[in-house]
Amino acid sequence: MSVVFWKELADHFSSRRFMILLILIVFSGLWAAYATGQAIRQNTDTVPSQYAFLLLLTSSGETLFSLATFLGFFGPLVGITLGFDSISGEYARGTLSRVLSQPIYRDSFINGKFFAGLTTVAVLWGSILLLVIGLGTTILGFPPTNEEIWRMLIFTMVGIFYVGFWLALAMLFSLLFQKTVTAALASMAVWLFLALFVSVVSAGIAGLIVPEATTPEALARRAGVENIIDRISPSTLFSESVGILLNPAARVFGMALQSQAEGILPTPLALDQSLILIWPHITTIFGLVAVCFGISYIIFMRAEIRA
Amino acid sequence: MSAVVETKDLSKRYREKLAVNALNLTVQEGEIFGFLGPNGAGKTTTILMLLGLTEPTSGQVSVCGFNPTRQSLEVKRRVGYLPENPGFYDDISAQENLLYMARLNRIPENQARKKTAEVLEQVGLGDDGRRLVKEFSRGMKQRLGIAEVLVKNPIAVFLDEPTLGIDPDGAIRILEMIKTLNREHGLTVMLSSHQLQQVQEICSRVGIIVKGKMIVQGEMDELGKSILKGRQWNFLVEVRGDANGLERDLQSIPGVDEIEKRPHGLFLRCTSDVRPEVVSMVARKGLQLLQLRSEDPTLEEIYLKYFREA
Repeated sequence: MSVVFWKELADHFSSRRFMILLILIVFSGLWAAYATGQAIRQNTDTVPSQYAFLLLLTSSGETLFSLATFLGFFGPLVGITLGFDSISGEYARGTLSRVLSQPIYRDSFINGKFFAGLTTVAVLWGSILLLVIGLGTTILGFPPTNEEIWRMLIFTMVGIFYVGFWLALAMLFSLLFQKTVTAALASMAVWLFLALFVSVVSAGIAGLIVPEATTPEALARRAGVENIIDRISPSTLFSESVGILLNPAARVFGMALQSQAEGILPTPLALDQSLILIWPHITTIFGLVAVCFGISYIIFMRAEIRA
Repeated sequence: MSAVVETKDLSKRYREKLAVNALNLTVQEGEIFGFLGPNGAGKTTTILMLLGLTEPTSGQVSVCGFNPTRQSLEVKRRVGYLPENPGFYDDISAQENLLYMARLNRIPENQARKKTAEVLEQVGLGDDGRRLVKEFSRGMKQRLGIAEVLVKNPIAVFLDEPTLGIDPDGAIRILEMIKTLNREHGLTVMLSSHQLQQVQEICSRVGIIVKGKMIVQGEMDELGKSILKGRQWNFLVEVRGDANGLERDLQSIPGVDEIEKRPHGLFLRCTSDVRPEVVSMVARKGLQLLQLRSEDPTLEEIYLKYFREA
């Protein structure tokens, strides 16, 4: 497996496609972080100095997106870009039958490809975060606290799995369709649906299930249904878990009734308490990755390899 | 001599279509075996089953003494396979392509470098190792494919249509290379093709497969004899002058079985040597004999005969 892994990794890092993504994401990410950093510096009195680094990631400042939203939106694109031609490309080039007629186990080929993709994502995500920390230290004038570093690390892990889902999905499509273009378009379609339209669908379904939402309780029920349907999408899972993870003060997803919020002290949650809140999200994302990759694995192992 | 490849009643069914039908195939060590058949006859499917890339529906296969379905790694360690349109990673150099294959074969790095340089030299690409594969012509890619097959020091190689789409000169080069490898390194070669004349020159044995069935298998001259059973003699007669009625007259000679018109005369299939009778017949009719040539059956004729029968 390691031979395929290193070859794929080298391919990813030297590919033009990866360079474009890297430049795009690093620059826009840095710009967002810089703009936010400047904003924090200018109004020190309105912003709590605690967790300033997490604010760099989550607050949108004067820019359109916060860095976390940005990564949540463009992460899938990275995964799809790395995965959509992984198998179909080998078919198209006619290299698949040659590689598989070498004495390697078939699964080491697909595993090597997947983990190389995942490593690439990790490197990308990690370098952005390091850049933000570096830039933040320069702008703000103090280093991040331990807790902030832990939260960012977990944020990175969640991010890698999240992008890993899209990578696995793109690989699955590239295996199913065997045509690079079809695989790319199918992955994009799923991405756009899950990222943008799932909220429309969920609002519609919630409206059907709870037709007359006049009382606060009914409204909350409708929002609850909507939330559950929204959570089909890994994008929702990601943004919700990031919202909790990077904002220690947050303790509920979405709406809360007045009665629920009563008596809550406006103190930040400890890291483990935040983690307990988002644990289901993290495991679901991880499960989605495993299921997607598992399906590709089974199909690939049974596939007939023709030149 | 032992058999490198042996199949017994090997069959492969794709839904309703029987791609390979009870195939019995033997390739002996050290020979060049020509696996002939029209497109879609089941040649590639057979080769894929020999490598364990496809599972047989029924029947037994043994390659180098291993079962490719269960012990595919053992088979792949010993056997090289060149697919019909070998693809390469275009954006890395020829040598890096070979190095990747060497690494997949777990050949130690320093040995792999030596070996790749050596095989590139062997196929006449010694100076092009550093060039990117996308700059290569088709013929060069095919030769690179052969080089890659040799990287793992195989006992046997399966070449699927190695001369397909290559100009005649390049094809001859490739075939000569295959012959050299066979002679000098004792490499067992099984090559599939539908181009008969080319294969005729280098194969020691051939098998003809049509619609998934092995129709005939054997040494070239054996095949010749079997097709010639009952009509051992073939002649081409060319005359100058008014050949009116000659065909009918020749037909009346005892021993002449069949007459076929050819661009340059008449082609006779006979059960005995009728040359004296033909010469006197031509003379009697006052025609000038330009040539009377005995013609042995070519593989092409054998091939066509079996194709028509199938």
